[in-house]
Amino acid sequence: MSLQPKISIRGLTFSYDGAGRPVLTNINLDIQSNEITVLFGPSQGGKSTLLRLLNRLNDLIAGTKMTGQILLDGQDIYAPGVNVVELRRRVGMVFALPIPLPATVRENVTYGPRLKGVRDRHHLEEIVERSLRAAALWDEVKDRLDEPAGALSGGQQQRLCLARVLALEPEVILLDNPTSGLDPISTAKVESSLQELKKDYTIVMVPHSIQQAARIADKAAFLLMGELVEHAPGGELFTRPKDKRTEDYITGRFG
Amino acid sequence: MSRQTSQKIAFALLTAAAVVVVVPIVLVIIYITIQGIGAINWEFLTAMPRNGMREGGILPAIVGTVVLTFGTAIVSIPLAIGAAIYLAEYARDTWLTRLIRLAIINLAGIPSVVYGLFGLGFFVLFLHLGTSLIAGSLTLGLMTLPIVISTAEEAIISVPQSFRVVSISLGGTRWQTIRHQVLPQALPGILTGIILGLERAAGETAPILFTVAAFYLPRLPRSPFDQSMALPYHLYVISTQVPGMSTEVQYGTALVLLALVLSMNVVAAILRSRFRRKRRW
Repeated sequence: MSLQPKISIRGLTFSYDGAGRPVLTNINLDIQSNEITVLFGPSQGGKSTLLRLLNRLNDLIAGTKMTGQILLDGQDIYAPGVNVVELRRRVGMVFALPIPLPATVRENVTYGPRLKGVRDRHHLEEIVERSLRAAALWDEVKDRLDEPAGALSGGQQQRLCLARVLALEPEVILLDNPTSGLDPISTAKVESSLQELKKDYTIVMVPHSIQQAARIADKAAFLLMGELVEHAPGGELFTRPKDKRTEDYITGRFG
Repeated sequence: MSRQTSQKIAFALLTAAAVVVVVPIVLVIIYITIQGIGAINWEFLTAMPRNGMREGGILPAIVGTVVLTFGTAIVSIPLAIGAAIYLAEYARDTWLTRLIRLAIINLAGIPSVVYGLFGLGFFVLFLHLGTSLIAGSLTLGLMTLPIVISTAEEAIISVPQSFRVVSISLGGTRWQTIRHQVLPQALPGILTGIILGLERAAGETAPILFTVAAFYLPRLPRSPFDQSMALPYHLYVISTQVPGMSTEVQYGTALVLLALVLSMNVVAAILRSRFRRKRRW
């Protein structure tokens, strides 16, 4: 493959406290653009940690230790002098539970752009409509933009959180188990909007279940106890896994 | 004893404790009101004292206390909120922050008369501010700091971490996150701390004794460097230093002071409920 990967993880080892067992050990992984890459595996495998390293949210935690490199478009995002705020605008994150800010639907969507300095009302209106449409939420909330975001249903809130990230026009979207609290219908809506979004974005997602991973993965990476066991196109990995541990996990022998 | 019985006994005891807490405040208010209401009239509230404070009104003392309370607010609020934000959001656990916390705890424990003496030595004499509203405000402001800092820090810490993470992940800087998420959500709690502190400042006698309060000064203060009468000190004076003082005037003065402090509470409660309605989690 000659294409330069969007994200390239090289020899990444990470621990929360310098002394303890690493949460991630020697991870090497290339993530291509316009694909959905799924990071899956049993809990405590380091999936969420890896996701949070991709936009440096783990910077908020003191005392962590990391070696190795994470390259975004070939640039080391942990190099000195990197603008972390700018990085987080390029690499957005949707969390497991929808956390609407205590403000209206509209204010939630425009929060990121306003922090960036966008003031123009018309421009902000455009951003609101475009982002909510992309998150498949516009039709449901277009008459409720000035209601508190907390009044939306759980599924709507999670799509609002997605819209909020899209409002910043990121390049990469990270999703940490975004459908964990959602009913099957809302889950389907989120999944189908992700299928649309991958045309324009690079998507990295920790799925809710192996089934979900199999449904939406273009590429899948199996993480076990901080180790990257196997990384392959979704169709291949879920039907003909090369590693015995991957096979045992996806056939339900453990996990 | 069955679980239901012990549950009932516990409930009864807790209810009793809660009621007992309410009784003294209600009694104080009723007693002061009954004793003092007869002294309250338009002249009492708006005139200068006459005849060695035995007649006339208490206007200079009311104005003095209001001005001192504002002065205290100006001195303490920015400093206290700044310190609270630093401690809650920025400070790592180092010897310096431990020293700061220790200092705040000790500041809260210093008796108010010691603040008064310090104010006299430092503000009045060393800084040559004289016995003045500004010296009194600085002294009261200092005394108020620890209360406001601790409550404000508590309020800031209790804003859920998830909102900070969301704001940071949406490209917010640390300060933007504090400014747009943390502070608005912590505001009701911070406000409570401010009011608690100012109420205490408004009612204190000892810190103003040497720094601002005039025994008898039947005119309004003209500048921040002027002395002034103030309600708590005036109350002390007319209760102990003036022979032939009517008890009705004494209790009337106490009632005015009480009303002033309680009305600050009411304002705070209104503001708090406003903010809460605006920001729903």
